[in-house]
Amino acid sequence: MQYILILISAIFVNNIVLSQFLGICPFLGVSKKVDTAKGMALAVTFVLVLATIVTYLLQIWVLNPLKLAYLQTIVFILVIAALVQVVEIVLKKLSPSLYQALGVFLPLITTNCCILGVSILVANGTYDPQGLPVNLLTGIVYALFTALGFGLALIVFAGLREQMSMVKIPRGMQGMSIALVTAGLLALAFMGFGGMDKGIAHFFGIG
Amino acid sequence: MNMNNLKVFLNGLIKENPTFVLLLGMCPTLGTTSSAINGMSMGLATTFVLICSNVVIALLRNLIPDKVHIPAYIVVIASFVTAVQMIMQAYLPDLYKTLGLFIPLIVVNCIILGRAEAFAAKNGAVPSFFDGLGMGLGFTLALTLLGALRELLGTGTFFGFSVLPASTNMLVFVLAPGAFITLGFLIAIFNAINAKKG
Repeated sequence: MQYILILISAIFVNNIVLSQFLGICPFLGVSKKVDTAKGMALAVTFVLVLATIVTYLLQIWVLNPLKLAYLQTIVFILVIAALVQVVEIVLKKLSPSLYQALGVFLPLITTNCCILGVSILVANGTYDPQGLPVNLLTGIVYALFTALGFGLALIVFAGLREQMSMVKIPRGMQGMSIALVTAGLLALAFMGFGGMDKGIAHFFGIG
Repeated sequence: MNMNNLKVFLNGLIKENPTFVLLLGMCPTLGTTSSAINGMSMGLATTFVLICSNVVIALLRNLIPDKVHIPAYIVVIASFVTAVQMIMQAYLPDLYKTLGLFIPLIVVNCIILGRAEAFAAKNGAVPSFFDGLGMGLGFTLALTLLGALRELLGTGTFFGFSVLPASTNMLVFVLAPGAFITLGFLIAIFNAINAKKG
């Protein structure tokens, strides 16, 4: 049951893009078409879950025992960069069709701050586990649903921008300006979910 | 300061303003500007990292092999970010808590890697310093402006001083949607000014 709470919280209430402001660059950059948005969402989900597992184990098995926690930022970003490279090479060999779909997005992911951000949150245990113990499994679930939240926001936003490309927009507002205002309205819509996780927790008497 | 360095400095500050013109580093721009002071602190922290990494990369530019230049730059940037993180934790613990995750995330701020690649890798240490200073202050200026606007509209205060009566407060500007909408309109204003000039 708590897993459902994490799902609702990570996808709707505390959406990574629209309320936590992580991963804005791909959100604004690759949201012109729904198809590319889908590819990006898939690539982020894949890398985010993988990166969370690797960085969490690294934190527990290497950084903490050796008292090197202060090197977290440097180690994590290098591991993520290397991981993305490895994923790219492995995908190319194992599944050329998947590589075709995700390949273009993989290099962009290294500098996607939602990957590093979520990795740090999970490794430090500073996310909201909704009453579950803070361990690897909870971390993975949290990362997965966060990535799905990113995907949902990205695809909905891309759909909105596709519609918008058919209407006439005042000259000064064209481009990024109207995109940001649209994102603001989308964030306003997502605010409607506020408190839903606590309400459901209360309803079922958990959390 | 000779003319050339002044030009490099002003280029970052206004002509190629990282936020309003280049649209880089959007995550901290939106995430940390709930008040003017937060925006300014984030901007200054980024400026520090940007200047240091620009200078170091400019000094090392002939020693770093071409094949591994990106990982090498990332290590330089991440080292300075870790330094900022530790200094803030020690001397400004409250600010460190408010900015939270966005401090380590300076590493993945596209402005810093972008400037390393586009400017510091091709120029000497002194021009790179002024490029970092200009870009950093341009970023700080944008964040402070956005933070001040959101704070004024949302809570009626300016750098913490009460300016507007409570009845005019629109809380939404301090929350997430306000960040997107305010920045959208600021960019529109910037576009309009630039269009008139050119």
